[in-house]
This record gives sequence, C-alpha cells and structure tokens, in this order.
Amino acid sequence: MSKLFSKENRAVFSAPLNLDNPIAVQVLGICSALAVTSQMQPAIVMGLSVAVITAFSNLIISLIRKTIPNRIRIIVQLVVVAALVTIVSMVLKAFAYDVSVQLSVYVGLIITNCILMGRLEAFAMMNGPWESFLDGLGNGLGYALVLVVVGTVRELLGNGSLLGFQVIPQSFYDMGYMNNGMMTMPAMALILLGCVIWVHRAYNEKKEKK
Amino acid sequence: MEHFLSLFVRSIFVDNMIFAFFLGMCSYLAVSKNVKTAFGLGIAVTFVLVVTVPVDYLLQTKVLAEDGILGIDLTYLSFILFIAVIAGITQLVEMVVERFSPSLYAALGIFLPLIAVNCAIMGASLFMQQRISMDPATSTQAISNVWDSIAYALGSGIGWMLAIVSLAAIREKMAYTNVPKPLQGLGITFITVGLMAMAFMCFSGLSI
Repeated sequence: MSKLFSKENRAVFSAPLNLDNPIAVQVLGICSALAVTSQMQPAIVMGLSVAVITAFSNLIISLIRKTIPNRIRIIVQLVVVAALVTIVSMVLKAFAYDVSVQLSVYVGLIITNCILMGRLEAFAMMNGPWESFLDGLGNGLGYALVLVVVGTVRELLGNGSLLGFQVIPQSFYDMGYMNNGMMTMPAMALILLGCVIWVHRAYNEKKEKK
Repeated sequence: MEHFLSLFVRSIFVDNMIFAFFLGMCSYLAVSKNVKTAFGLGIAVTFVLVVTVPVDYLLQTKVLAEDGILGIDLTYLSFILFIAVIAGITQLVEMVVERFSPSLYAALGIFLPLIAVNCAIMGASLFMQQRISMDPATSTQAISNVWDSIAYALGSGIGWMLAIVSLAAIREKMAYTNVPKPLQGLGITFITVGLMAMAFMCFSGLSI
C-alpha cells in the first residue's frame, strides 16, 4: 500500500494541480475551458467529467499500450476516448439533464480536448497503469481548478450569485450597485483567463527566486 | 437561396468559431506567430471542414437517424463515427498535400495531422447535428439539406481563417512591444483575443 502512494506517485498527482497546470502552463484544452465558465455549476460538472475521462482513458491506454501498433495508435486512442465520452454524455443526460443542455456540444468536444491526447501520448504510452491513472486524475483536476476559478469570478460579478444562490444582498443593489453584464459575455472569459495565467506565473516566479 | 446566403454570412461573422465558441483554440494560439503559416493552416482547416461536415450530415440523416436506411436509432454512435470520419479525411488530405505541394507540407509540419483533433472540425459537426432539428422557416441557423451544410462548413472555415490571420498579423507587430514579463507570450495573447472577440460582438446584433 505504501508503494502505491510513494513520493514519486504523489508528485505525479500533485504537479499538474499547480506547477505543471494543464491550462496555465502546458496550454492544453483551452477550447472548452472558456465556453463553459459563465457560471459555476457547468464549470464544476465539466471539470469533473474531464477528470474522470482523462483518468480512465489514461488507465485503459496504459493497460493495452504494449499491444497497440505504433502506426495506428492515434486512431486507437481516439476510439477509447470517444467511447468514454459517449458514456459520460449519456450519464449526464440521465442524471443532470439541465446541465447537459447548458453544456450542449462541449461534452462531445471533450474528445478533441488536447489534454487527453497530450497526456495519452506523453504519459500513458510509457508508464504503468497506476501512475497513468494518477497522472490523468491530477491533470483533470488541475483543469477543473482553473475552470472553477474563472467560473466563480464570472458568476459573482456577472450575476451576483454563486452556484445559482444570490450572494450579493439586495441592499447593495438599492445603493446603486449593478451587475457587470460584460462578465457573462464570451470575450471576458479570454481576458480573465489571461489574468489567471498572469497571476499564476508571477506567483511561481517569486517562489522560484526565494 | 436567401437562407443559404444568410447561413454563410452568419457563420463567418456572428457564429464565428473562435470569437463566439472558442473552438480550435489550441492550434489557433500555437500557429499564429506568422501570417504565412497561419494562412496555410486556415486553408487546410477550411478544406477539411467543407469535406467532413457534409459527409457527417449525410451519415447523421441517412444512416444513424431512426428513419435512415438501417431503420433503428443509432445516434449514440455519432461521436465515434464523426471522429473516425474526421481522422480518415485528415489522413487523406495529408497524403494529397504531401504528393502535390511538398513545400506547404513542410511548412505545416505537425499541425497537419493535428487537424484531426482540432475542436473546430468536431465542433462544426456537432453544431450541425444540433441544427438539423431546427425549423428553416423561423431560424437562420437551421440546416435542412446537404447544401446548407456545405455553406455552413465553408463559412465557419473562412471565419476561422479570418481570425487566425488577423491574430497572426497583430502578434507579428506585438513582438516589438514591451510587455510585463509574467504576461509575455500566452497571457497577452489571451487578452488580445479577448479584445478582438469584443470587437466581433458588434456583429451579434446583425439580423440576416
């Protein structure tokens, strides 16, 4: 049991959460990161779906990596991912229909999310199943983290609510406070993500200097 | 004919793949350092879109749908089938480009096979799947026959090309500016794209 959670394995899991974050550092999977973050709930659901899919596709590919011929590996990877995405999309439709309508095509687009192909190519094709599973889970959660940060800021400033509950009290509005409608527009997602990357890099640079 | 044209113009400006839906962001950010390569990739993406979307349209309506030739509802297979069509056609395009234009093949390098995992291509097919059920009499977004799907694919491709070429032109100039260090590279590019998306938002009020 102690071997399963050795220091290397913990590093494999925790590096993508901060220092090696898939969005802020590796620049993978931006496509869907922006479109689903106008509110917190879809951002959380999307982040968790991606985490589940990266973890299990990494696990499956790593289990069969020795039997895949090198020439057709991309197709094999795509088929595994597409099958997993189909399952997740059906589960979402069955248990969280409202959110799956909100996410619309972006659930299907997890197939072409660069994080998946990136991790499969760079990690799962060369490492054992357990490490690959941890790596996939870590990267998926690192992705979810950025999504939730951007989603929180956009929902708080754009609608004055969090997860659909009103958090900015009515008295503020009576004093003349207004929701920033700009925040719910797609353009602000890009600018906010730019700022997240800015803060992330500035913070890590300071830490390295110390 | 009118519907055909409005669908085409709408998919370039209002439903722009980059500025309205953020699709194809990965290669958009990676290949936009130089106008010439950006233009080549734009052409390749447009071509793959124009081929795959009508093929996927025919598969969706004639094979997978309940009233298709098989007679059973197989729409849950659409993800796997669409990605297989896209991967196959990208392979074909790669072989054709390699045979007839080795210079463009060398310039695009790794990004040519990567078109297969470009979200813009898969996204166009998935949006097309959604729009089949819309009523063409009331919505300008509806796709009701194979010609509509070609117009939609061509418009989306040109819109994507417009976005990547203009960002590449801006980034060529931006190489000479003095940007705060942590913001350099990716950060400032995101903010630039955000400002461009804001400019494109003024098309959203357009009624065509």
